[in-house]
Amino acid sequence: MTSSDFSIVLPEVLLAIYGMAALLFAVYTGKDKLAGLITWVTAAVFVVIALLIGLGGEGTQTAFGGMFIDDAFSRFGKVGVLLAGAAILVMSYDFLDKRGFAKFEYPILVLFSTIGMMVMVSAGDLMALYLGLELMSLALYVIASFRRDNVKSTEAGLKYFVLGSLSSGLLLYGSSLIYGFSGTTSFEGIITVVQNDVPVGVLFGLVFVMTGLAFKVSAVPFHMWTPDVYEGAPTPTTAFFATAPKLAAMGLFARVLHDAFGGVVGDWQQILALIAVASMFLGAFAGIGQTNIKRLMAYSSISHMGFALMGLASGTALGVQSALVYMAIYVAMNIGTFAFIMTMERDGKPVTDISALNLYWRSSPMKALALLVLLFSLAGVPPMLGFFGKLFVLQAAWSAGLTYLAVFGVIASVIGAFYYLRIVYYMYFGAEQEPLDKIKAPVASALLLISALIMLVGIINMFGVDSMAAIAADALVK
Amino acid sequence: MDNVLSFVTFLPTVAAVVLALFLRGDDEVAQLNAKRLALFATVITFLISLFILAGFDPEDTGFQMVEEADWIMGLKYKMGVDGISVLFVMLTTALMPLTIWSAWNVKTRVKDYMIAFLLLETLMLGVFTALDLVLFYLFFEAGLIPMFLIIGIWGGVNRIYASFKFFLYTFLGSVLMLVAMIAMYIDAGTTDIVLLLQHEFASDTLSVLGFQVIGGMQTLAFLAFFASFAVKMPMWPVHTWLPDAHVQAPTAGSVVLAAILLKMGGYGFLRFSIPMFPVASHMLTDFVLWLSVIAIVYASLVALVQQDMKKLIAYSSVAHMGYVTAGIFAMNQQGVDGAIFQMISHGFVSGALFLCVGVFYDRMHTRDIDAFGGLWKNMPAYALVFMFFTMANVGLPGTSGFVGEFLTLVGIFQANTWVALVGATGVIFSAGYALWLYRRVVLGDLLKESLKTLKDMSPREKWIFAPLVAMTLLLGVYPSLVTDITGPSVEALIENYHAALPMMADAAAH
Repeated sequence: MTSSDFSIVLPEVLLAIYGMAALLFAVYTGKDKLAGLITWVTAAVFVVIALLIGLGGEGTQTAFGGMFIDDAFSRFGKVGVLLAGAAILVMSYDFLDKRGFAKFEYPILVLFSTIGMMVMVSAGDLMALYLGLELMSLALYVIASFRRDNVKSTEAGLKYFVLGSLSSGLLLYGSSLIYGFSGTTSFEGIITVVQNDVPVGVLFGLVFVMTGLAFKVSAVPFHMWTPDVYEGAPTPTTAFFATAPKLAAMGLFARVLHDAFGGVVGDWQQILALIAVASMFLGAFAGIGQTNIKRLMAYSSISHMGFALMGLASGTALGVQSALVYMAIYVAMNIGTFAFIMTMERDGKPVTDISALNLYWRSSPMKALALLVLLFSLAGVPPMLGFFGKLFVLQAAWSAGLTYLAVFGVIASVIGAFYYLRIVYYMYFGAEQEPLDKIKAPVASALLLISALIMLVGIINMFGVDSMAAIAADALVK
Repeated sequence: MDNVLSFVTFLPTVAAVVLALFLRGDDEVAQLNAKRLALFATVITFLISLFILAGFDPEDTGFQMVEEADWIMGLKYKMGVDGISVLFVMLTTALMPLTIWSAWNVKTRVKDYMIAFLLLETLMLGVFTALDLVLFYLFFEAGLIPMFLIIGIWGGVNRIYASFKFFLYTFLGSVLMLVAMIAMYIDAGTTDIVLLLQHEFASDTLSVLGFQVIGGMQTLAFLAFFASFAVKMPMWPVHTWLPDAHVQAPTAGSVVLAAILLKMGGYGFLRFSIPMFPVASHMLTDFVLWLSVIAIVYASLVALVQQDMKKLIAYSSVAHMGYVTAGIFAMNQQGVDGAIFQMISHGFVSGALFLCVGVFYDRMHTRDIDAFGGLWKNMPAYALVFMFFTMANVGLPGTSGFVGEFLTLVGIFQANTWVALVGATGVIFSAGYALWLYRRVVLGDLLKESLKTLKDMSPREKWIFAPLVAMTLLLGVYPSLVTDITGPSVEALIENYHAALPMMADAAAH
C-alpha cells in the first residue's frame, strides 16, 4: 500500500478505525449503557466524513491498481449513503431504547455496513465489488434479525441471509464467467475487451451479475424477500434497508454497467428496461392490498427502484444523472416516512396497521400534514419534489428512445398513487377510533418535518443536487 | 409592479401559511379569525389583480407582464398573460372571495378549510399564468390535492368514493400529457410556451406498433393532451367523475369546481392543443365536434331525470361545456370568442346555481328535488335570484348565458351545419330541465310542513349573489367587455392556425 493509495481510501479507513475503536471501547466499559452515546457519535462521524468527502474530493483518482476509484460519482454516492445512515441512526435510538434494544452493536453494525456501501460505489474491479457488497450484506443480515427473541425478526434475518447468499452466489458465478472470458476482473480491462463484440461468456456473466445486483435493489423478479424482510425486521432496520443500501446498490449498478459495459449499452438496456417495467407495475399493483404500512413501503420501494432503473436503462449520462437525483429524492422521502412509522404506537406498542391512522390529523395535525406531503411526493404528484424525480427519469428514458418505458412508467405511477391516497384517506377521512399514542420522539418528528420541508422547498432549486448529480454522471459516463 | 402576476398568484399561499403557522385553537374566535383572514386575503388578491386588467393592452396579442427566471433542470419559471388567459385570472380572483364568504357557516375544521381554498386559488391562478410547460403541469396537477381533501374531508356521505374517483380519473388523464410534454421538450429543446408556440412539431406519418399514425407526433401529442383536457372539461364519455364529485363536494368546493376548475380544460385546448398541433387539430375537428354535441344532448337528457339538484346542475355543466369545446374547435372568431365567453359566463352562472343549492342545503340538509316546493311564498328574494340564474343557465337574452350559446352556435354553424343543428337542440333541452327544476322547487303550493318555517336569504347571502347577478346582467347586455379583450388574441390564434395548415400540407407534399 503506497501512501497515495492510502490517502484515497482515507475516509473508509478512518471509519473502520473508528468502528473498531468504538467497539473495543464499548465492550470494555459501559456496554449497552453507551449505546446512546455511540449512536450519536457515529452519526456525527458520518456527517463529518460526508463533509470531508463532499467538500474535499476533487477529480478522479484510483487506488490499488484500479481496484478502488475515487471520482465525483463515488463521492456523490458516499455522501448520500453517509447522510442517510446518520439520519437513520439518530432517529432509531428512541425507538430501540424504548424497547430495550438500544445495544451498542447496532450503530457499529450500521457503520460497517456503510463502509461496505462506500466500497461498493467506489469499486473499480469485480473483487472490490464483491468485497463491498458482502461487507454491507453481512452487517445487514445481522441487524435484520436484531430482535433475536422475536420470531418475525429472526425469520426476516434468515430469509434475507439465505436469499442474499443466493444472490451473492449468482453474482460470483457471473463474475467468474466474465473473468474467464475476458481475462480480467478490472472494469477498465473488461471494457476494452467488450468494446464492440461481446463474447457469449461475458454476456452470460453480465446477466448473472445483473441478477445479483437486482436482488440488492429489490427489483422484480428478484424482489420476493423485500416485503417479508421489511415487515419482520425492526422498524429502524427497515428504514435503513430502504434507504442507504438501495442508494449504494443503485450506484454500484450504474458503476458496473458504465465502467465495465459502457461500450455495449444495447446488450443490457433491454434487460434493465424489462426489470424496470416489471418492478414499477408489480410495486404498484401489489401494494394496493397491503394493510401493513411496512409491507406497503416495501412494495413502494420496489416500484421506486423500477423508476430509478428506468433512468439507468437509458444508458446515457442524463440517465445516470436522473437515476442519482431520483435516488437522492427517494432516500430523503423514505427517511421522513420511516421516521413517522417509528412514532406509530398505541399503548406503548408499535403498530404498523394502516387503519390505525384513522383520523390521525385530528390528534396531530402537523405530523399528518408532513406525512401527507411525503405521501404525495412518493406518489409523484406535483408540486412535491418526488414529481421532479419522476419527470427527470421519464425525460432520460424518452430522450434515449425508450418511449414505451416512459408511457408504462406514468401509468404505473397512477396505479401506485392509489395506495398512497389510501393512507391519506385513513389519516384525513377515516372513521372515529381511539387515536394513536402521542409519544415523545423529538428526533424522529424533526426528521419527518425536515423531510417534508425538503419535498416542498426543494422544488426551488433542488439544493443543487441536480447539478452535483450531473457532475457525478459525467465522471461515470465518458 | 413588475411581478404582479407572481404576486397575485402567491399571495393566497402566503395567507395560507400565515393561517397554518400562526393561528392556534379551534374555538369560535379562531374560526372567525380564520375566515376573516381568508376573506381579506382573497379580496386583496382580487383588488391587486385589477392592476393586471388595468395594465393589460388588448391590442397586443403577445404575452404581457412576462416574468422569467431560471429554474431547475433547464426549466424556466415564466409567467405572463394574453387575451385568452387574462380573463380567467380575473374570473378566479373575483370568485374566490365570494366562495370563501359562502363558506361562512362551515363548522368543522374551519382553519384547514380556508387553507385548502387559499392554496387552491394559488394553483388555479398558476395554471392560467404559467408560461412554462412543466410549471403549467405542476399547477394543473397540484390542484388535485386540495380538491381531493376538500371533497374527502368536508364532503357528503359518499365522499370517499367521489374523492378517489376525482383524483385518480384526472390523474390518469394528465400523466399522458406529461409524457407528451417531455416529448415536446426533447423535440423543441425548450419548455418555454412562448417558444413552443412558434415551434413546428412534425406531422409526418409515424408508425407506432404497426399502426400508421397520420399526423405523426402532432396527433399523438394532441391525443395525450386531449386525454387530460377532455377529462378536465369534462367531455362525454369521460365526464362521469364530475357528477359524483359535485354531489359529494361541499358547496364552496362545487362552486370552485364548476366555475374555475372546469375552465382549465378549455383553456388548455386554446393554449396548447390548437396552436401547437394545428394539423392534428384540423384532422380531429369533426371528432371533437361530434363528441361535444353528444355531450350537449346526452347530458341534457340525463339532467332531465335527476332527483338531486346538484347532480342536475352538474350534468347541465357538462352540456354547457359541450358548447365550449364545439366553439373552440369551430376555429373561427365567433366560435372561439363565444367559447371563452361561455366559460366566463358559466363561471358566474354555475357558481351561482351551486350557491343557490347551498342555500337550500344549509337550511334543509337535503338536495332532493322532491323535498321542496312552493318556496316562493316564504323565500321571495331567493325565488327571484334562483329564477334569474335559471334563466341565465337556459340562455335567456339579456343574460350572459345567451351571448355565449349564441356566439358558439354561430361559430359552429359555419364550421359544420349538422353539428350546429344537433347542438341547438340542447338549448331546448336546457330550457326543459332548468324550468322544470324551477317549477318543482320554487313554484306550486307550499305543502310540506318542514318548509313553512324556512327563512329567506340572510343579508350575507344576498350580498354574495349581488355581484354575480350584476356580472351576469352586465355581460349579457354588454358582451364587448369580454370580446374586446379576447378578440385580438383570438384573431391571432386563428390566423396562426390557418397559416400553419397549408404550410404543413406543403411540407408533407415535398
